[in-house]
Amino acid sequence: MALLAKLTQALFRWQSDGTGPTRLGQRRIFILPTGAGLLFVCALIVMLIGAINYTLALGHALVFLLVGIGISGMVHTFRNLHGLIVTPGRSEAVFVGEMAHFQLTLSNERPTPRLALELEAEPGVATRADIAGSDVARITLPLKTRRRGWLPLPRVRLWTRYPLGLFRAWSYLQPEMRCLVYPAPLDSPLPPASPTQQGGEQGPEGGDEDFAGFRHRQPADSLRHIAWKAAARDMARPLLVKQFAGGAQVELRLDWQLTDPTLPVETRLSLLSGWVLAAEALGNRYALNLPGIAIPSGAGEQHRRRCLEALALFAA
Amino acid sequence: MTTQASEALDHWAVPWLFVAALATVAPHFEHQPTWLSAYCVLAFGWAAWLWWQDRRLPGRLILMLIVVGGCGGIWIEFRTLFGRDSGVSLLVLLMALKLLELRSRRDAIVVVTLAYFLLLTHYFYSQSIATGLWLLAALWIVTASLIRIHGGIAASLSGTLRHASVLAIQALPFMLVLYLLFPRVGGPLWGLPQDAHSGRSGLSDSMAPGNIANLAQSGEIAFRVLFAGTTPPRDKLYWRGPVFENFDGITWRPHGGLGQRARVEHQGLPVAYETTLEAHNQRWLLALDAPSTVPAESFLSNNLTVNARQPVNYRQRFRFTSTLDYRFNVKENPSILERNLQLPAERNPRTQALAHSWKASGASPEEILGKALDLFASEFFYTLRPPLLGENGIDEFLFSTRRGFCEHYSAAFVVLMRAAGIPARVVTGYQGGERNPVDGYLIVRQSDAHAWSEVWLDKRGWVRVDPTAAVSPARIETGIANALPAGEPLPALLQVRTDWLRTLRHRWEAINNAWNQQVLGFDRERQREMLARFGIPDADWRDLALALGIASTLLLAAILAWALRNRRQYDPVTQLWHKALRLLARRQLHCAPWETPLTLAARVRIARPELAEPFDAVVEAYLLARYGTPGHDLKPLRSAIARLHRWRCC
Repeated sequence: MALLAKLTQALFRWQSDGTGPTRLGQRRIFILPTGAGLLFVCALIVMLIGAINYTLALGHALVFLLVGIGISGMVHTFRNLHGLIVTPGRSEAVFVGEMAHFQLTLSNERPTPRLALELEAEPGVATRADIAGSDVARITLPLKTRRRGWLPLPRVRLWTRYPLGLFRAWSYLQPEMRCLVYPAPLDSPLPPASPTQQGGEQGPEGGDEDFAGFRHRQPADSLRHIAWKAAARDMARPLLVKQFAGGAQVELRLDWQLTDPTLPVETRLSLLSGWVLAAEALGNRYALNLPGIAIPSGAGEQHRRRCLEALALFAA
Repeated sequence: MTTQASEALDHWAVPWLFVAALATVAPHFEHQPTWLSAYCVLAFGWAAWLWWQDRRLPGRLILMLIVVGGCGGIWIEFRTLFGRDSGVSLLVLLMALKLLELRSRRDAIVVVTLAYFLLLTHYFYSQSIATGLWLLAALWIVTASLIRIHGGIAASLSGTLRHASVLAIQALPFMLVLYLLFPRVGGPLWGLPQDAHSGRSGLSDSMAPGNIANLAQSGEIAFRVLFAGTTPPRDKLYWRGPVFENFDGITWRPHGGLGQRARVEHQGLPVAYETTLEAHNQRWLLALDAPSTVPAESFLSNNLTVNARQPVNYRQRFRFTSTLDYRFNVKENPSILERNLQLPAERNPRTQALAHSWKASGASPEEILGKALDLFASEFFYTLRPPLLGENGIDEFLFSTRRGFCEHYSAAFVVLMRAAGIPARVVTGYQGGERNPVDGYLIVRQSDAHAWSEVWLDKRGWVRVDPTAAVSPARIETGIANALPAGEPLPALLQVRTDWLRTLRHRWEAINNAWNQQVLGFDRERQREMLARFGIPDADWRDLALALGIASTLLLAAILAWALRNRRQYDPVTQLWHKALRLLARRQLHCAPWETPLTLAARVRIARPELAEPFDAVVEAYLLARYGTPGHDLKPLRSAIARLHRWRCC
C-alpha cells in the first residue's frame, strides 16, 4: 500500500489535495484536435495538392503558413489553460431538487486575457468563463441535486477551444468541495404546539397577528406572507416578507415520532424539513427530535440551519 | 435544425465573417462573369440587411433555389462545373450564399475554411508581390474572425487583431522552414482541366498579317535572360520561336511531322545564358540562334527551334548555350527544299512575275536577295497599323500600300524568294531585348515579337535574312520604341523616355524579377542547390524530411518555451518561500490560501512532527528576510530550505 501511494505520488506529483489553489501545469493539460481541426487538415491537404498540381509557389507558401498558424494555434490553446490558478470557493446548502452552486475562483496572472474557458461538472452543462488580463473571475458551477446529504463536487472538466477552435485543450480539476443538500421540504400542517413554560395558549397561528416589519424573502417562505404590494411598487427590489410578532411564543416539538411510521424514511425527513421551514417562517420556537439526535428548542437562522443539517445527514 | 445556445453565433461575430468573406471574394470580381459578381453582391447585401434588421435568415427551400440558380448560371457560362474558372466561381457563389446561413459556430467554421480555400484560388491568376501582400492581409482578417468566433463577445477588436498577428508572426518561421525544406514535387499530379492555364499571351502557332502587330502592342514580359558573360550585341539577339513553311496565300503554318535532326556547325565561342520563360502554353523555348546545348527536358527540332516535352504553362527556367555564328543544314534534304519553294499558284501574280523577271535576268541567289532588300529599303514604311489586305495580300502590300509590320516584310520576302526559286521560310520569335541595369537581366517583352526570314543557299545552308532591318534599321539596332513614329499604339511602358521614370521601372522590374527568381522560382533544383550549400549534397526526400523534422521540432520547442514562460516574476524572498512550499507539497502538506507562515508551521508541528524542526527554521528565516531589516541577507533562508530539502524523515 505504502509503495502504491509513493508510486502515485511520484506519477501525479502535481495532484494537490484540492483544498488550496491549483496551478495548471503542462502535465495536467491534454490536447487533441477537434472536428473543425480535422476539417482544417483535410482542407490543407486538398490545398497542397492543388498548389502542387498547378505549380503555385505562393500556394505552397499559403498552405505552409496555414500549417504554421495551426501549430501556433495549438500552442495558444494549450497556453490558454496553462498557468491558470483554480481556487475552490464555497457553496451554499440547498434543498433536494434545487441546483447546488459551487463557486470557483480562476486567477489569471498573465497580462493577456484568457477567453472562452468552459467548465463542466456534469457532461453537457458547461459554464463559460472569460478572464481579463491579470484578473480574477469567480464562477459558479451548477449541479443537480438528487439526494440529501453531502454532495461532493465531482471531477470538473475545464476545457477551451480558444483561439482557433482547431484544438481542444482540457484538464481535470478535483477541488475538494462539497455542498450540503437538505431534504426537500414537504408542505403539511404543523403538528400542534405543546404548552410551554411561558404558557402560550394560542395556536401556532398566533404569530400572524401583529405586523412587525419586513425581511428579505427566503426560498421556503410561504407565499401568503410576501409583501406583494411593495413588490408591485418597486420591481427592482427583492421580494420582501411581512413579519408578524405573535402574541406569545409558541414552542413546537418536531418529532420523528409524529410522522407516519408507514412512510419511507426520506418522506418522513421531508415532512420534518417542511415543518422546520414552516415553523421558522411563522417565527415560532421549535425543537427537533430524531432517533439519536435531540436539538433543543430555539429559533433563528442558526437554529434552522442546525436542524436542517441534522435532517440532511440523518443516517436511518 | 436548431442551434445549441452555446454554439450559436453572437450578433457581433457576424460582421467579422462578412469582412472575411468580402476580403477573399472581392478580388475575384475582376475576372469572373459580371452577372456572378452582381449575384454575390446581392447575396452579401441581403445577408447584411437581414443582420442589420436582426431578421430571420431565409429557409432551406429558398437557399436551395438560389444555389441551383447560381450553379445553373455557372454551367451556362462555362459549360462545366469542374474547370478551373467554373470551380472558382462555384466557390465564390458558395461563400456568398453561406452568409445567408450563418447561424452557428459550425457555419462560421465553414465560412472560414472556404475563405482559406478562396485565398489559394487567387494564385491561379496572379502570384505577384501585390497579390502576396493583399492575401497576407486577407489571411490576417480571416484568422482574426476565426479567433473572434471562439472568443465570443468577451474578445475585443484590438485584442483579436493583435492575437491574429501574434499567431501569424509565430507561423512565419514554420512557413519559411516548410517552404525551404518540404520535398517539392514537380509538375501536375494528374490531368488538369481544359482551362487550367488559359489566358496566356505569346507567339501563336500560325502567322497571318496583324498577328504580331497585335502582340507587339503588349508591354508584358515574355522572358528574361541572364547571360553568364557579356550580353551579345543587340542585332545578334534573334530568339527563335516557331518556323512556318506552309503558306496558303494568307496564313503561314508550321509543317507538321518530324524530320531529320538539325546539323549545325558552330563557328565561334559559345554563349551561356539562363532564360526565365513566362508561361505561354506552347512548347517552344525561344533560344538564341543557334543553340548548341539545350536543357534536358527539351530537344532541338529539325528547324532549329528548341521544344519542350510539355507545354510551358508556368514560369520556368532553362539553361542554354548558343553560338551566334553557325552554319545550319548545309546539306539539306531535297524534299524539305522542295517544300520551301511551294506557293499557291494563282495568288499574288505580280509578285511572282517580279521574282521571275529577276531569275530570268540570270542573277545569282545572292543578287536576287540583294534586289529584294533594296526594294524594301526604297519606299516602304514600318508601322504597327498597316492597311488591311485582301485576297492577293502580298501584291497589294508590295505594289500599292507599302506599309507594314515585320510579318508583312518577312512574308513578302519569302514569297519573292520562293517565286525566284530560292528555298525560303518564315521564322517568328523575338528580337532584341532591354537590359535592366539594376539586376543585369535582359528583359524581352511581347513588344519585341518579331518575324524574319530564312533562305537556303548552296554551300551556306539556311541563312537568316531580316527584311525589316532593310526597312527600319533602328528596329534591330535600338528596338521598336525608336523605330516607330510617334502616335503608334505602343504600350505606354515603352514610350517612357524620362530618365527617372525609366530608372523607377527598372527597379520595379528588378524587384519583381528577384521575387520570381528567388521566391516563386524556388523549385526542386534550387532546393537541392541550397542544401548543397549547407553541406548536404544530393539530398533526396529522406534528407529533406529529416532536416524538416529537426527544424520544426526546434521551432516548436521555441514556441512552447514562449508559451510556458508565463511565471509571474516574484521577488527573490517570495520565490524562496514558494520553493519551501513546493518541498512541503512533495511531502503531502499543502499550504491553504488563508494560512500564514506561522499557522502553517503550527499545523506542521501537529500533523508532521518529524518535519517541524527544519520547517520552523525555514519559517523563521523567511519572516526575518521578509520583515527584518531591509537588505537582509538571504543566505540563512537558502540554507534552511536546503536543509529542508535534504531532510530525511523516518
